[in-house]
Amino acid sequence: MMNMRIPILKLNDTLIVSIQWELDDKTALQFQEDLLNKMHETTARGIVIDLTPIDFIDSFIAKVLGDVISMSGLMGAKVVITGIQPAVAITLIELGIRLEDVLTALDLENGLDKLQKELEA
Amino acid sequence: MEYRSFVDIYTEWDIVAARQLGRNEAKNSGFGTVDQARITTAISELARNIYLYAGKGRLEIERLSENGLHGIRIIASDEGPGIQDMRKVMEDGYSTSGGLGAGMPGVKRLMDGFKVDTEPGVGTTITATKWLR
Repeated sequence: MMNMRIPILKLNDTLIVSIQWELDDKTALQFQEDLLNKMHETTARGIVIDLTPIDFIDSFIAKVLGDVISMSGLMGAKVVITGIQPAVAITLIELGIRLEDVLTALDLENGLDKLQKELEA
Repeated sequence: MEYRSFVDIYTEWDIVAARQLGRNEAKNSGFGTVDQARITTAISELARNIYLYAGKGRLEIERLSENGLHGIRIIASDEGPGIQDMRKVMEDGYSTSGGLGAGMPGVKRLMDGFKVDTEPGVGTTITATKWLR
């Protein structure tokens, strides 16, 4: 099977990522690397990752997401996660995963607003 | 009558195949979106455990119909090293693979029934059940 790359879009000083399909382990790790490289190339200060189409997150994907947020923090950027579905929120907590200190918003629009406020603060 | 299907786990791609099968079975059995997510997540954790710790094994999904109750049973079996310390494995945050350690106790919370049969050097079979309400 072919490895799919997740597209990363740049808008001013923000990177926008929409995860559109179910992540396998390799794609998730590739995404982690691609996002950090893109940050480095563009000196983006903020990232919004939209998960609206995602209908479940297991512990591996949660770890990759948590790691990418910490790594982005080390590089001086803020990450906002948007569009977590009710079923995803419920299963993540039941699974025992708490993405603490993570900025979240209901949708991409709110996420971009939140990111702007964070970057101005 | 019972209906069974399975995915043999050899590679990371088989984890994806197993959870797609599980999601379809859950949907076709009449589970709502939250239970579909619970079942898919549980399968993903169990299939990844097979891949990480045993190298290969099988993930079976069985549709259940007992005394007017309907549900789904996930059976994850392997002939891997077995689980040495069952108590530790069921502790939140315990992992020998650098993961979050959410897998086993997490699966137990996501499902209604959870049973582990393991013997060091022989293998492990984990059975997890979810009933339609």
